[in-house]
Amino acid sequence: MRKSFGDPVAEDLRFVVRSVVGEDNFIDMQPNRSNNYCCGGGGGYLQSGYTEARHQYGQLKLNQIQATGAGYCIAPCHNCHAQIHDLSDHFDGGYHTVHLWTLICLSMGILGPKEREYLGDDLKDVDVFHPETDE
Amino acid sequence: MTVQPIAITGKKTTRLMDLVKTLLPEGGNLDLCLTCGACSSGCPATGLEGMDPRKFLRLAALGLDEELTTTPWVWMCSMCQRCIYVCPMKINIPQLVYYARQQWPRESRPKGILGSCDMALKHDTCSAMGASEDDFEFVVGDVLEEYRESQPEFADMEASLNRERAFFYLNQNSREPVTEPDEMVPLWKILHRVGADWTYGTKGWAAENYCMFLADDPAWEHIIRTKVKAVEDLGCRIWLNTE
Repeated sequence: MRKSFGDPVAEDLRFVVRSVVGEDNFIDMQPNRSNNYCCGGGGGYLQSGYTEARHQYGQLKLNQIQATGAGYCIAPCHNCHAQIHDLSDHFDGGYHTVHLWTLICLSMGILGPKEREYLGDDLKDVDVFHPETDE
Repeated sequence: MTVQPIAITGKKTTRLMDLVKTLLPEGGNLDLCLTCGACSSGCPATGLEGMDPRKFLRLAALGLDEELTTTPWVWMCSMCQRCIYVCPMKINIPQLVYYARQQWPRESRPKGILGSCDMALKHDTCSAMGASEDDFEFVVGDVLEEYRESQPEFADMEASLNRERAFFYLNQNSREPVTEPDEMVPLWKILHRVGADWTYGTKGWAAENYCMFLADDPAWEHIIRTKVKAVEDLGCRIWLNTE
């Protein structure tokens, strides 16, 4: 989003995130906006076979996320989602990686049991929409 | 006493950098490097393969094309463009990386990226995971029906395919329909709740484009043209690319 449309559009997304998770639960990583660092999921990296290099590259992002102390990192882009999720797995990062749509629906009370793949145990059972459809 | 200039002997070849300069607006500013190193100090790829953006540009400026076009570092740079952002001269190093990728024989480029590009070229869906038009139509229909029944508040939710003149043409990363179809649903619900007028298409729906990462220009163009045609054929106003 930011890359294509610039920092102002990213501010709109911050408004969405703050509205969804609550002001107190939103923590910007440092540095942020256009000074932020790429996570290393883009440019074909995930399919390139250079996995070790990709993990090394991603350590900067891993450190940024861990420094926030947040339990969840929101990654609306597929490449970022896959890379940031893998970084947490590989380095035992201790955070979850979620799509923005998951949190929007959770906050609206319309997130069903099978739409919670990326939520951690702390949110898996919170306000489940049609819990009876869990298989 | 006059100091004589040092004449460098050896064979003089055309630099890759000269070629790239002809392709970029303002020559990509490739000649303007102050060697300050702001690019490298903020680059997550610095140090990989003993390379960094400043070194890479120095290789180009010195005409060391052999090193420039064979280092696997070009596949370890994600072309994120942060180096341009911090550069006082706005030098387009990522585009130099892109053209260096292009110097690799196609079959020598990373197999995963190559395979994903070639797969996308097989169907008009442009899916790097090889999902066909029928596959997509089946999965979307199947998942929609399931959710309409099990969550009655969404009984009239739509996920239409090829609906002409819908306002938004929404594309979809292959990952969801192929490996985790339930993950398509939250976005559908949001679009439904806000009353968005949107459609998927059976052609050109896949959001990913590995041919771009492969630095294969004709294939990249083919993928983009296929997607644009799909949107235009349906007469949609806005193409929403979720990537």
